[in-house]
Amino acid sequence: MIRIDCPICGLRTETEFTYGADATVTRPAMDETATQPWVDYVFNRDNPRGWHLEYWHHVQGCRQWLVLERNTLTHEVGSCRLAREVDHEAS
Amino acid sequence: MKRLETGGRIDREAPLSVSFDGTALSAFQGDTLSAAMLASGVTVVGRSFKYHRPRGVYAAGVEEPNALVHLRDGARHEPNVRATTTEVFDGLTCTSQNAWPNLRYDIGAVNNLFSRFLSAGFYYKTFIGPFRNSTRFWMMCETFIRKAAGMGRGTYLEDPDSYEKRHVHCDVLVIGGGAAGLTAALAAGRAGARVILVEQDSELGGAILSDPVGSDADNWRISVTKELGGMDNVQILTRTTAVGAYDSDTFVLIERVSDHLKAPENHQPRQRFWQVHAKRAVLASGAIERPLIFGGNDKPGVMLAHAARSYLNRYAVLVGDTIIVATNNDTAYQAAFDLGTAGANVTLLDARQSVDAALLAEAKGAGVTVKTGHGVLAAHGRGRVSAVEIAPIDAGGRATGPISRVPCDTLAISAGWTPSVHLWTQRHGKPGFDDASALFLAAPKETDALQTAGSVNAVETLEEVITQGFAQGAEAAKQAGADGAAGICPAAFAARDWPHDPDVIWGVFTRDGKTKGKAFVDLQHDVKVSDIDQAHQEGYVSVEHLKRYTTTGMATDQGKLSNMNALSRMAEQRGLRVPEVGTTTFRPPFIPTAIGALVGHEHGQHFRPTRLSPMHQWHVEHGAKLTQAGAWMRPWYYPQSGETLTAAYIREAAHAREHVGIIDVSTLGKIAVQGPDAAEFLNRIYVNGWKTLQVGRLRYGVMLREDGFVMDDGATARLGENDYFMTTTTANAAKVLGFAEHLLQTAWKDLRVHVTTVTDQWGTIAVAGPKARTLLSKVSDADLNREAVPNNHFVTATIADSPVRIHRMSYSGELAYEVYIPAGFATRVWERLIDAGTEFDLSPYGTEAMGALRIEKGHVAGPEIEGRTTLKDLGLEGFAASKKPFVGSVLRQRPVLDDPTRPTLVGLEIEGQVGAKAGSLLFPLQGETQGHGDGWVSSTTYSPALGKYIALGLLNNGKQRLGETIRVVNFVGNETLQAKVTSHHFFDPEGERQNG
Amino acid sequence: MTKYSALSVFLEGLRGNKSWSRAWRDPEPKAEYDVVIVGGGGHGLATAYYLAKEHGITNVAVVEKGWLGGGNTGRNTTIVRSNYMMPGNTLFYERSMKLWENLSQDLNFNVMISQRGQYNLCHSPGQMDAARRRGNVMRANGIDAELFDRAEVQQRLPYLDYSEHARFPIHGAIYQSRAGTARHDAVAWGFARGADQYGVDILQQREVTGYLYEGGKVVGVQTNKGDIKAGKVALCVAGHSGHLAQMAGLRLPIETHALQAFVTEPYKPLIDTVISFGAAHFYVSQSDKGGLVLGGDLDMYNSYAQRGGLPMVEHTLASAKALIPSLSRLKLLRHWAGVMDMSMDGSPFITKTPVDGLYLNGGWCYGGFKATPASGWCFAHTIAKDAPHEDNAEFTLDRFNRGYQIDEKGVGPQPNAH
Repeated sequence: MIRIDCPICGLRTETEFTYGADATVTRPAMDETATQPWVDYVFNRDNPRGWHLEYWHHVQGCRQWLVLERNTLTHEVGSCRLAREVDHEAS
Repeated sequence: MKRLETGGRIDREAPLSVSFDGTALSAFQGDTLSAAMLASGVTVVGRSFKYHRPRGVYAAGVEEPNALVHLRDGARHEPNVRATTTEVFDGLTCTSQNAWPNLRYDIGAVNNLFSRFLSAGFYYKTFIGPFRNSTRFWMMCETFIRKAAGMGRGTYLEDPDSYEKRHVHCDVLVIGGGAAGLTAALAAGRAGARVILVEQDSELGGAILSDPVGSDADNWRISVTKELGGMDNVQILTRTTAVGAYDSDTFVLIERVSDHLKAPENHQPRQRFWQVHAKRAVLASGAIERPLIFGGNDKPGVMLAHAARSYLNRYAVLVGDTIIVATNNDTAYQAAFDLGTAGANVTLLDARQSVDAALLAEAKGAGVTVKTGHGVLAAHGRGRVSAVEIAPIDAGGRATGPISRVPCDTLAISAGWTPSVHLWTQRHGKPGFDDASALFLAAPKETDALQTAGSVNAVETLEEVITQGFAQGAEAAKQAGADGAAGICPAAFAARDWPHDPDVIWGVFTRDGKTKGKAFVDLQHDVKVSDIDQAHQEGYVSVEHLKRYTTTGMATDQGKLSNMNALSRMAEQRGLRVPEVGTTTFRPPFIPTAIGALVGHEHGQHFRPTRLSPMHQWHVEHGAKLTQAGAWMRPWYYPQSGETLTAAYIREAAHAREHVGIIDVSTLGKIAVQGPDAAEFLNRIYVNGWKTLQVGRLRYGVMLREDGFVMDDGATARLGENDYFMTTTTANAAKVLGFAEHLLQTAWKDLRVHVTTVTDQWGTIAVAGPKARTLLSKVSDADLNREAVPNNHFVTATIADSPVRIHRMSYSGELAYEVYIPAGFATRVWERLIDAGTEFDLSPYGTEAMGALRIEKGHVAGPEIEGRTTLKDLGLEGFAASKKPFVGSVLRQRPVLDDPTRPTLVGLEIEGQVGAKAGSLLFPLQGETQGHGDGWVSSTTYSPALGKYIALGLLNNGKQRLGETIRVVNFVGNETLQAKVTSHHFFDPEGERQNG
Repeated sequence: MTKYSALSVFLEGLRGNKSWSRAWRDPEPKAEYDVVIVGGGGHGLATAYYLAKEHGITNVAVVEKGWLGGGNTGRNTTIVRSNYMMPGNTLFYERSMKLWENLSQDLNFNVMISQRGQYNLCHSPGQMDAARRRGNVMRANGIDAELFDRAEVQQRLPYLDYSEHARFPIHGAIYQSRAGTARHDAVAWGFARGADQYGVDILQQREVTGYLYEGGKVVGVQTNKGDIKAGKVALCVAGHSGHLAQMAGLRLPIETHALQAFVTEPYKPLIDTVISFGAAHFYVSQSDKGGLVLGGDLDMYNSYAQRGGLPMVEHTLASAKALIPSLSRLKLLRHWAGVMDMSMDGSPFITKTPVDGLYLNGGWCYGGFKATPASGWCFAHTIAKDAPHEDNAEFTLDRFNRGYQIDEKGVGPQPNAH
């Protein structure tokens, strides 16, 4: 039972959240017309063993998308930020 | 075996009626079922898994491999119940299992005679059968094997009992109510922490309960328990087992609320599931005694030494008259002394060459004969042990001298103790190996929230158990933020030490290293020492291969008794040390756990939440047949007397086209899209353009997934300058909202838009049919003239004193409106429409008729938007704007998706008087009907408007094949039809009716 | 090497089971092999076996970081079936089924293929339609399939919940009679023994840590116990494909997720077939030992931990009781998880990679076990011929660029939803 410290709602159990996706990939700009950047964004993943940045959605709470640091080997949880406050290029 | 006149923790004033295989047992309140069996002279309690060997009670706790029974009758029947942990109750009935025709004469025991042909993995080598490309031979053999395997018998009856779940938080969870757990809870409790103390037994005390009543140990237990009982911040849960340790320090406890009763009373659940979030936890789960291995070690009359002592001191049952205690450690001496004092004739064989002189002196005082450097080579006896062969042995457990035969009726054995590190390893992985004790131990880091204390750490003295428990409890409280004083640790009582011995002798062998007779490592699964040797010989040497090839450790006790001995044997065979062989991973649950307890209330109707329209009750009261739509229940059709689904939907659909119908479409997803950039947002998420939509209008839109396939469609209305009202399909409402939120919060942070679900805030009624306008004009104050409200416009109005919004749009193809009503008023408006509709011959219709109407119009729905279809496939490419990018606009143009020969949406007019079945495949009129066909039928209906059966389908190159006659093949229904390919706009293709 | 038979079991038994030979050797590695297969699970061992048997390539090593069969081969719920609808999948899985049907004879190892049938339950008219389409595709491709209505299902499986309390009433089921179960460990052991008999070296306890290159071409592997040269390197490490691919500089359309499985205590026969719930990701069968084997869902988040999360434990057992109410008093014995290569469309890869000399077999999602023989057979073909067989022609990495997503569920590029 992973517990996530939502910046809005506080410490909650994983059943309130939905796992979204890998948060390390960046969506191409809307005016990107080449196929490969979109294929990379939609399909290709680093899929790391260990620490991972990922989107979680607090669907049964504040409905904010969060960027959570989580270890895929141990399920240990690190920082948790609001996605809208994460500067994607910096992460 | 007999019940003593005095002693024990049983209530002799409360005799209970208990029976096993129809025979009454002597039982008192406070007994376990196994104690009652032993007190009543029951020697054989079950049959083993493979060889059906007779087996007796072996242990006194959760590790019991043999004494498994069928408990209770009827719907409360439960198989594989451990007699050793079953508290007796008045009226208890139980029967033996895995024996036919009965426990005494079990046909299956013939396997025992052929055991040499049934050694490890024999089934992989035979039953292959002579027939190529056929599995028949094995499957015939399998039928018999399946019947012989298994243990207890389950039933198909529904469980009459209830279960419940509780989620709690605490500062310190203490797992285990023995000496270490008690002091841990005491220290944490005194410090002011919120403590939960969990103990699987019916009473606190752990191993102390096996000490005599009135002993120093017992008095210590009473005193500590009393202090704990007086603390409001300490919750004590007995009859509760911590079965699992999960991520983020979440623990699962199973409380057996009513299992000690014949049936649950006072509306109590049978069991209660506790999910505990603990800031800190102290694992004080103790240790389980390990058996010594020798020939015939499975015979009834052989049991663990500590179990024999438990039965004596706790239940006043003396398990034998002439008892051999065979051990390799000090702890079994106390059992020998107590059994001797109780009147048994006790001989103790110690595998060690030298033993502490004080211990020998004590033995002499207790009248126990001790032979050091001796072991039991084999146990003999029919039905029960009657004699043992003993021999002097060397440091490797091999017989070195003459073998002598000694009569006895009971063998109490101990090869040391195995710490119960299960919960720690569930959470943190493989345990470490401690060289000093030659044991696998938990290896907690200081930062870990799960601490350990007491025998689980293999501490050697009771004093240390108590002080360690106390210290760990105090530390846990401190780390959890409780800052009170823990005070002084209670003084220890006198107890037998558990000195470590890294070179334990785990088995007794002949001179050449063999066991004499069958020597079992895993009792329940009948895995012998020789099976492990054979696994080694055949190369199954890793611990995982060993386990899987021999099945050792995989029985209902999950290796609690067998693992260490199996590893020891394999280590010897490989010339390695035990840690080099490794250990298996312990998995939850710690003990077998009723599925019902893990489910709680979420079964039957409550398996999943059900969503209901605000008008649901009306539908039910008016006889609607309901259907599932995801989580929703929707009216499927409203049968008139005796009407079938088919008759009803044809009537309802025809009625709507002729008069007027209403349908509850409240399940549509509704999303408020608000903000200055709302139009830009819609422009990006929909394929079509939104910048030109004026306030007061609505527009149909299609959206794609990121990969360019169609995701959803629906209409969105512009309520105000920065205020849009989006609708989605029922099925995709949550997906669309989550996707929109994701885009806005991650990629499109610059857009000033907020999206909010308002699905539950609005009830929605679609009004369709030539008389729709007349009806709505009658009940509302709105001017609905075609000039005032053309298609794709909306107005606000009042119906039945409720404010509503009337959208003019049509799914049915008729003149139609959708009325959006604040949910609380929805039924009132519905009823108003029904009342007012009488003069217009109004009739409600369900989802089946709605489907018929939309198929006649060629609108796509779930069966067409099935996740693998593109805009082009569905004939919707005209909606896609060419001048703006939108979600999926690049990937939808990948070459395979652009292939003009892809299956595209077509109409199918079915020839003849039988409808096609959705899911049928399409083939040309000529040729083989093989492969994946030219397409498939997605939706099908009888069209009352056209008077024929029609269907929608996706057909390769479909747009070029209009007019062609094709075959519609339903292989699984054994039916082939012919159909003419047409446009999917079957009915009123120009839309004159809806624009009227 | 002893040939296994009832006679050999009898004769060895008479001799006290003292002269059974090793099922496979524990050889020292050679300096160089024609093919090095990374991963000693069912797929890797099957690939080695078919390379030797079908293509005469026997200078092959299988390199395994732990013990053979210790990954997903030994953690799955043992179902075999060939009920796939999408072009690219259908015939591949049917090839697997045909190989299964002769596998025990072929390997001289009883892998206990039990064709006890599988029911996929439907809980709405829409699901019945989808099942009919699947069944029709199967039948049109020569695969057995039957569609049963509610009454027929009730007669065959009377212990399911047909009461009015059932949250998701049963409308019917699609049934494949040739589907069933196999003994998972035996599959690994049988292929290992078979490959070993052809001279394939199985190198256990040896972890690949990198690749050897010559002019951009992979020509071997680095391991924690030394380098091994190879003409071709073939990855069969589902669950860890991303990790091994990353070492070669590749990003894959794969995420790793943990899938949970459960077994109850052993009981006398209760369920003589395989049943899949249509309202939740749940299926059940009963092993020959008597344990009910319950298959659950993914934990939904990326995970390499071979243990499951609590919410899915509760969810899976709730599914079990919802489907078969009488399971309530039976007891869960253990639960665990395996790590899956979840591909972006739910379908696998058996293909050459953009890196010369490196071949990939992975992305199996839930479907890996049933695919084992055909996966090995097709991968062997691909390695030997440097071109795919027509049955694995679509299992390429570039299919996402082309738009050829093989999406059996139609859920799109969301790996945890397949």
